[in-house]
Amino acid sequence: MTERNRELFALIPASLLVTAGFTAVFIQRNDLLSDLSLTYGLIFLCLCLAAHVVLRFTLPHADPYLFPLVAVLASFGLVMLYRLDEDFAREQAQWFVVGLIFFAATIVALRRDHRVLERYRYSIALAGILLLLLPRLGSPVNGAYLSFDLGVIAFQPAELAKIAIVIFLASYLRDTRQVLVVGARRFAGITFPPLKHLGPLLAVWGSAMVLLFVIQDLGSSVMFFGAFLALVYVATNRISFVLIGLGLFALGARVLYAIRPTIENRVDAWLHPFDDALYEQEIGGSYQIAQSVFSQADGGLFGQGFGQATIQLGDSAPILPAAHTDAIYSVITNELGLLGACAVLLVYLLIVQRGFKTAMLATDSFSKLLATGLTAVLALQVFVIVGGVTKLIPLTGVTLPFVSYGGSSIVANFILLALLLLVSDRARREALAR
Amino acid sequence: MNAPILRLFGLFLVLFAALAAMTSYNSVLNADAYRENPKNARSQIEEQRVRRGLIRARDGTVLARSSLQSSGLYERRYTPAGGLFAHAIGYDFLRVGRAGLERERNDALTGKRSELQSVFDELRGKQRVGDNVVTNLDPKAQKIAIDALNGRKGSVVAIEPATGKVRVMVSLPSYDPNALDTRAGADAPLFNRATQSGYAPGSTFKVVTAAAALDSGEFTPDSTVSGRSPVTISAVPLKNFSNQQFGDITLTTALTNSVNTVWAQVAEKLGNERMARYMKRFGFFSDPPLDYPDSQMRPSGVYDLDKQEWIPPSSSRVDIGRVGIGQERLQVTPLQMATVAATVANDGVRMKPRLTDRIVDRDGRTVQRIEPEQAARVMSASNARKLTQMMSNVVREGTGVGAALQGIEVAGKTGTAELNIAKRINQPWFVGFAPLERPKVAVAVTLENIQGPQSQGGAVAAPIAKQVLQELAR
Repeated sequence: MTERNRELFALIPASLLVTAGFTAVFIQRNDLLSDLSLTYGLIFLCLCLAAHVVLRFTLPHADPYLFPLVAVLASFGLVMLYRLDEDFAREQAQWFVVGLIFFAATIVALRRDHRVLERYRYSIALAGILLLLLPRLGSPVNGAYLSFDLGVIAFQPAELAKIAIVIFLASYLRDTRQVLVVGARRFAGITFPPLKHLGPLLAVWGSAMVLLFVIQDLGSSVMFFGAFLALVYVATNRISFVLIGLGLFALGARVLYAIRPTIENRVDAWLHPFDDALYEQEIGGSYQIAQSVFSQADGGLFGQGFGQATIQLGDSAPILPAAHTDAIYSVITNELGLLGACAVLLVYLLIVQRGFKTAMLATDSFSKLLATGLTAVLALQVFVIVGGVTKLIPLTGVTLPFVSYGGSSIVANFILLALLLLVSDRARREALAR
Repeated sequence: MNAPILRLFGLFLVLFAALAAMTSYNSVLNADAYRENPKNARSQIEEQRVRRGLIRARDGTVLARSSLQSSGLYERRYTPAGGLFAHAIGYDFLRVGRAGLERERNDALTGKRSELQSVFDELRGKQRVGDNVVTNLDPKAQKIAIDALNGRKGSVVAIEPATGKVRVMVSLPSYDPNALDTRAGADAPLFNRATQSGYAPGSTFKVVTAAAALDSGEFTPDSTVSGRSPVTISAVPLKNFSNQQFGDITLTTALTNSVNTVWAQVAEKLGNERMARYMKRFGFFSDPPLDYPDSQMRPSGVYDLDKQEWIPPSSSRVDIGRVGIGQERLQVTPLQMATVAATVANDGVRMKPRLTDRIVDRDGRTVQRIEPEQAARVMSASNARKLTQMMSNVVREGTGVGAALQGIEVAGKTGTAELNIAKRINQPWFVGFAPLERPKVAVAVTLENIQGPQSQGGAVAAPIAKQVLQELAR
């Protein structure tokens, strides 16, 4: 069976999942079954088929599992959002269409050779940083500068910036990885990179710190810096470089922790979520994290079932804040239980596996690093938000890719997927030719 | 570059495993603790979908009922007599949480069944309904006690000695459970003074000392001790009230006239160890075994305010002579002093106090009867009867005549803790029981900060106790 036929078959269960999910929500809501759920399933299948046809014509050899896995996540997200609020789901579905258009556009534009991106690496890096600084023009939400209000939509540029920064780093490290390794010196048992090439790396560290100070968001910074360290490690195979980087980041974060109330609050809320003062605190308190673990506790092994989670009572303030964005993983755990949550984690893990597999198959350094970076940044984003709502690490608001409500997130992650598929197609084609 | 990529994938495997582990901890392993966290309203919201059981008084009067709201949730209403028992019954509201018996008997009131049973009920389409709780509380006596306190801050507790059934539990100022305001206001109306206030017991504590004196075999009611004033107790002179002088008098006379110097000497003679043993038997130094939330009760005993800690009376830091007359740093709850009186009345056996009589399902079948339960034997029956005689003398001809009833013999002891001698601000007390044969009720009455020449226990607290005893001892 060819790759594309496998992909086509894998899309069927994803569409069935949408149909089944909407059916469950309908039953819960009206006690009667409407054929609307079948319609939704059909529309979803048609959208997926359209994307599939694009892939069939442009990237026939690309990894067959990535797109269906993403479709499963997207269907999870749509059903969950529909259950929370029909408007969210409708908007999300529209964003889904927009995301697929960007997906197709990226593929069509770069289908000859994605490595043309290297030529524009500095422009891309600059664009990425500008994107990150944009929200500074607006006003902070919960103490962090994350979104930029475009009038109609709130745009979260960090989502796009993460891709830009990965492209730049992949390209930059392809050039310098040899000199970083060859010129390294050992000092006090630790291998240090050569000083003259340390500069750019320090510059990346510095910009991560600046970002931390400027956008005041630990979550995005951990994502960016983590992807950076992952790329440095893969490019140089030197664990010591990673340790130095981690040390520097910890130092910066420690300083920030001491002077920025936002971060301090988040860490305190994480350490003492049930402290009365922190719990009652209106902004930056621990109410959200406490309610997030409560709703997971409500789920148990099998969950309460679709539509059964207690999220809001009447018109009062929601019991679980940001259920459609930050805390959607908690809603999934609440309604589908530990098993449902683990299924979602497993889907992400499979995507990560396919991403790294793509990186290993790729023959040129830039493609390898690009696939690694994109996969790492996606995996880190999942870790930051799921770790946050499960109280594994301090909670900072980033979206759960392909599941959370949010236009910029959907669009950016579809571009990320398109790039991965571009790398994959080329790698597998070359592997076949050999 | 493939080896580091593989290792990187290994790292993400570990990170994702940590996510799965944390989710397991939250949703399964530690789920019960999270569900019971007081900040978690989910189980409470679920429970408001259940029609909560009624709470009834001893005579069947409905004290609390639930009605369905437009939101699909049930809401609690406290019917007129329910307001009488604000502290004992407590409240249950989504917005402010729950307290009192509503909290203690929540499982019964919400019809909570075992996990398996509830699965079967759900499959059979049986709706979860709450069971009714029938209490031991007596609305008429409660009303009498509240009226007798007449707006003054204080507390009255009445217990049936043989069973530990709590008939009256008053704490003033009180609150209207239907218009609850949990913000900390003046006078702390939500605070249950009957179980949460640590008051100086004054001379009512001499009942404990007398029990220790008789039951240890060191003294009899006729043992004589010098009642001169002052005597030196723990190197500090101690005077009688008004520095009154008594000669060599019997313990009966010393109790009747509440002679401080005699009882301080008795306590010193008994020593720290023995006083501690009898206090523990009476229930001091541990949470009362009442069916009431632990967070709304406190133990009684010797408390160091500076160090914020309980001191065992066996400690050498305690002036046991002054403990023996209810001074030192003694802090007692009205519930504890009612228990002391009930224990003497019940031939020296302390029963566990009980607010609940039985749990009844919607069809009237008794699901659970709360049987009387013995907490401890404090002293022998014969010594308890001797002490009863001594206490009856107090009411017949001593400081407690204010509690004497027509036709029913009453045993008791007054107390007057001097809070501010210069301003004559006192904490008056009365503990007692009636009738002498087969006592039906034991009572403790106390009032806060009573000022003036007529502010002794005999003048203020004994007449209140009299009215409650009259109602319940008939």
